[in-house]
Amino acid sequence: MANVKFNVNGCEKSIEVPPMKRLLDVLREDLHLTGTKEGCGEGECGACAVLLDGELVNSCLVPALQANGARLCTIEGVSTEGRLHPIQRCFLEKGGAQCGICTPGMILATHHLLDKYPEPTMEQIQEGLAGNLCRCTGYMRIFEAVQKAAAGGAR
Amino acid sequence: MRSDAALFELEAPATLDAVLAQIAAEPGKFTAIAGGTELMVALGTGRLAQRSLLSIQHLNELRFIGVEDDAIHIGAGTTFTDIRRNAAIAENFPLLIQSASWTGSVANQNRGTLGGNICNASPAADTPPALLAYGATVTLISAIGKRSLPYSDFHLGYKRTALRPDELLHSISVPREFDGYRQYIRKVGTRNAQAISKVALACVARMEGDVIADIRIGAASLADRPVRCGAAEAALLGRRIDEAAIRAGRATLASEAKPIDDIRSTAMYRAAVAENLLEEFLRSLMI
Repeated sequence: MANVKFNVNGCEKSIEVPPMKRLLDVLREDLHLTGTKEGCGEGECGACAVLLDGELVNSCLVPALQANGARLCTIEGVSTEGRLHPIQRCFLEKGGAQCGICTPGMILATHHLLDKYPEPTMEQIQEGLAGNLCRCTGYMRIFEAVQKAAAGGAR
Repeated sequence: MRSDAALFELEAPATLDAVLAQIAAEPGKFTAIAGGTELMVALGTGRLAQRSLLSIQHLNELRFIGVEDDAIHIGAGTTFTDIRRNAAIAENFPLLIQSASWTGSVANQNRGTLGGNICNASPAADTPPALLAYGATVTLISAIGKRSLPYSDFHLGYKRTALRPDELLHSISVPREFDGYRQYIRKVGTRNAQAISKVALACVARMEGDVIADIRIGAASLADRPVRCGAAEAALLGRRIDEAAIRAGRATLASEAKPIDDIRSTAMYRAAVAENLLEEFLRSLMI
């Protein structure tokens, strides 16, 4: 077991976990932050994406010990005081979510994308979200949601 | 079936020296883990054979890009995102930028490292063809010191490398000698993002008029390891670029390629596509 300390969504946490436990499982099982989803478990689908020190990562591929000292943001940390983040509102308004499994990862990937490119081109949107698979929407409504979020000053 | 994480040990020694001392004390016991984009997939699918791991992900001593007059030195722990953000690499080694950009998704590029891509030693890995074409050198480090060798000598066979059990890959050095070279890279896979190559080719060439004065070709998925295509290079070097040269290049590449059939493609398709990619590059030299 290893002691791992990190800040998740503004709260300091200190937990005893196997050091190779996947950050995804730490979030869901130890911290009950079940907004982060497991899709493929192989880093291909992006359903488990979170921000680690501001960088988008797939939490299924991060051993718990490597998150020691990190600042994490999960989907639970995107909204503030029960109010949706503008990116979330744009996904809702544009129908960028159907079954919802990919949505937390899509929102965080969008967050990361708009941090890097406040006014992304369609090519940048497609590349930024290429690691997030959606089996419902066909992506067009997701792209529209991202464009709306960018245009509306979502950040 | 996912592995039980409790069965694995992972430590994160504070310094590179501490990591090297630990692997020197018990050579072969530990496996280094950087961004985890390969080993954690194995863990998730129950295929991770190594039980004792040492994290090197936090070591800034391995995460650097050093720009010198004659070469750019890239620490093994440098991520694909670091590489894509570096202006000097973009200016000197566009093929490396291109291959980093199609190594997995943004999330994987934020974690995955150049050293991991090389040491994992997949014959289909994205960055090796570019590094082979650029004539890169690798520097290996252990508790007793460093040694360097041409990257083309690093891969010994399928997933076998020149790394001793007490060594880590320290850095990759790429010579800055490609001003005026024509450069080409193309990956053929099922989709642009995330897909593992069926075959990929990276080429650089310097022309003197219509004569090929220098040419280097690196390939993925044409053999059991990433390879430099020395026979095709020799067949083309010093030749005037014309239809006969293209035919000779294609034939020689086909004769030295040893691709396999697997879930992603067939040997016949891989060889045919590799010849087509080489022809595409050679035709671009005619203009």
